[in-house]
Amino acid sequence: MTLTPILTAHWDEPDSHTLGGYTRHHGYEALKQALDTDPDAIIQLVKDSGLRGRGGAGFPTGMKWGFVPQDGKPHYLVVNADESEPGACKDIALIMANPHALIEGVAITCHAIRAKHAFIYIRGEVPHAHRRMRAAIAEAYAAGHLGRNVHGKGIDIDVLVQPGGGAYICGEETALLESLEGHRGQPRLKPPFPAVAGLYASPTVINNVETIANVPYILRNGVQWFRQWGSEKSPGFKLMAVSGHVNRPGVYEAPLGITMRELIEHAGGMREGRQVKFWLPGGSSVPMLTAEHLDVPFTYEDMAAAGTMLGTATPMVFDETTSVVKAVSRWQHFYKHESCGKCTPCREGTFWIQEVMHRLEAGHGKAGDLELLQDLCKQMSGRTFCPLGDAAATPIPGALKYFREEFEAGMHTAADVLFPPAAALVGASA
Amino acid sequence: MSLDANVRRDAEELVGRYPVPRSALLPMLHLLQSVEGYVTPEGIAMCAEILDLTTAEVAAVSSFYTMYSRHNTGKHHIGVCTNTMCGLLGGDAIWDALTSDLGAGHDETTEDGMFTLERIECQAACTHAPVVTIDWEFIDDATVAMVRDFVERLKRGEEVHSTRGPAIRSLKDSERTIAGFDDGLEGAHATDAKMLAGLNAAKAAGHMLPESQV
Ligand SMILES: Cc1cc2nc3c(=O)[nH]c(=O)nc-3n(C[C@H](O)[C@H](O)[C@H](O)COP(=O)(O)O)c2cc1C
Ligand code: SF4
Ligand code: FES
Repeated sequence: MTLTPILTAHWDEPDSHTLGGYTRHHGYEALKQALDTDPDAIIQLVKDSGLRGRGGAGFPTGMKWGFVPQDGKPHYLVVNADESEPGACKDIALIMANPHALIEGVAITCHAIRAKHAFIYIRGEVPHAHRRMRAAIAEAYAAGHLGRNVHGKGIDIDVLVQPGGGAYICGEETALLESLEGHRGQPRLKPPFPAVAGLYASPTVINNVETIANVPYILRNGVQWFRQWGSEKSPGFKLMAVSGHVNRPGVYEAPLGITMRELIEHAGGMREGRQVKFWLPGGSSVPMLTAEHLDVPFTYEDMAAAGTMLGTATPMVFDETTSVVKAVSRWQHFYKHESCGKCTPCREGTFWIQEVMHRLEAGHGKAGDLELLQDLCKQMSGRTFCPLGDAAATPIPGALKYFREEFEAGMHTAADVLFPPAAALVGASA
Repeated sequence: MSLDANVRRDAEELVGRYPVPRSALLPMLHLLQSVEGYVTPEGIAMCAEILDLTTAEVAAVSSFYTMYSRHNTGKHHIGVCTNTMCGLLGGDAIWDALTSDLGAGHDETTEDGMFTLERIECQAACTHAPVVTIDWEFIDDATVAMVRDFVERLKRGEEVHSTRGPAIRSLKDSERTIAGFDDGLEGAHATDAKMLAGLNAAKAAGHMLPESQV
């Protein structure tokens, strides 16, 4: 399947991130078109396009916008640029190379959902992305794409960058709102959903960076254009950041429906003399797959049928030098570290899973540990306050299904003995 | 440095940017770290006073987030990503070398006050694994030798740049940038091979779309 550079089409131009570079390639044409269009018609167009959220859950974007009640309260747009899921590395890249696509998308979305204020919540640890985003916003204000009375159409749009404080849970939309209001980033009970009572208890749309950056391209080129790629249920194209043991890791933009086999080929193949051992289609929170699944199309429905999820569609690929136990152990450490502590199954479960994984990794597993792991995951799945708990219970069942013998080896042999770390290093030769 | 009138003025400027004052709390805590290197009781008291909160409320927020330190930090913060992708591809080896070179461990500061070390989680840069951050500026595709070289040059007081372009200054300087104040470094950023991998592959394969569509 061919690649589709759209959001990435001009990233090799030295000024791709500037207003000048963006405007040279039709930048802000869609905003002008949008300002002459009825907001409801824009929402309908995004519904018709079938665009689904690019933040991981894949919720239909137009439908989400349609939930915002048209009452007297102020409305808000919040862009989720928290990008902290292990494996996800596309939104920060997009902000660095094409921030104006995001800003134009923000302005169009604000018009569509009748919001005057937008916030772009960027994880704190990336000052370069903060700088770039703020500079691009300043350019957009100066050009009249943001601010008072945008292009003389009587619409006001203000955009502010908000820094996070270092907490993965703030990527969860209601935790993000808590954080944006100056609180600890702990998830809220739903309902009410943010579309009804979100930021400052007002109707709020929360979307991922890439979702919003798609909007200008869809508006300008139309629904049929967007739907020429992907499937009925998963239309369009996607930023797919491929990481791991491939020869050319990086950001690839491809139609939904592409396969891992094709992506690996575009990425220069696996390292010399090595094969795929396991891979994850979209972040550490989706179940792993193996070399048997290289031809599963990257769509929401095909990944679900294969027992996993599309997630962020930023695949991580590992070759046979990698210890599954060690890889999973690190992710479990991560979930333990990032659990916000609000609910017991997640707070306690992540702790105990981490304990067991650490001893299996060290080769000191105890009799019954695999059953204990399975039991802990079962106790957590579906019983936690927010999806982080479900995510934390995700790596182990898949890993046990395909690589049980490696976990059994953890009863007596350390992962580093079975899989000497030097062989997995980048640059290590076969 | 103490929390003088300038800090208060900057904090109030942050508050003025928001429709609801309390939304300024996270940036204000970054601002405090840019002055004192960590979140001090005095800083917490200042935030509480400006936002009309109790000190307990402010402390509860600052202790929730990993970027806010409760104790003094070194001039430079070095973060080594040891989440799965970076750890396996070289981050573990970098962490071992760095901690043994510098004689400090996780969340510890070297005796000379130059470096605070931290094992950090995924930095949204797995395509660039392994990554190390110094004052949250990135060293992509890091190796033990590269990181040792950065450390030596910083010790000698040389001008050092992140592999993404900007100068590495100090943790305090970076915290001011993160808090929301401009630093004049925007022009320094470069696009790298990982960001261009897909576009280059598409060009090589003749997969470009008509210019009218993109
Ligand atoms: C623990 C956790 C972390 C998340 N992190 C992110 C994130 O960093 N970025 C993001 O866009 N969505 C993240 N999400 C999903 C958001 O809750 C939300 O679904 C998404 O931002 C909605 O935008 P979309 O519909 O455009 O995808 C996370 C969810 C959970 C449960
Ligand atoms: S599942 Fe975990 S992260 Fe989510 S609310 Fe419960 S403790 Fe917090
Ligand atoms: S694991 Fe280090 S950046 Fe993702």
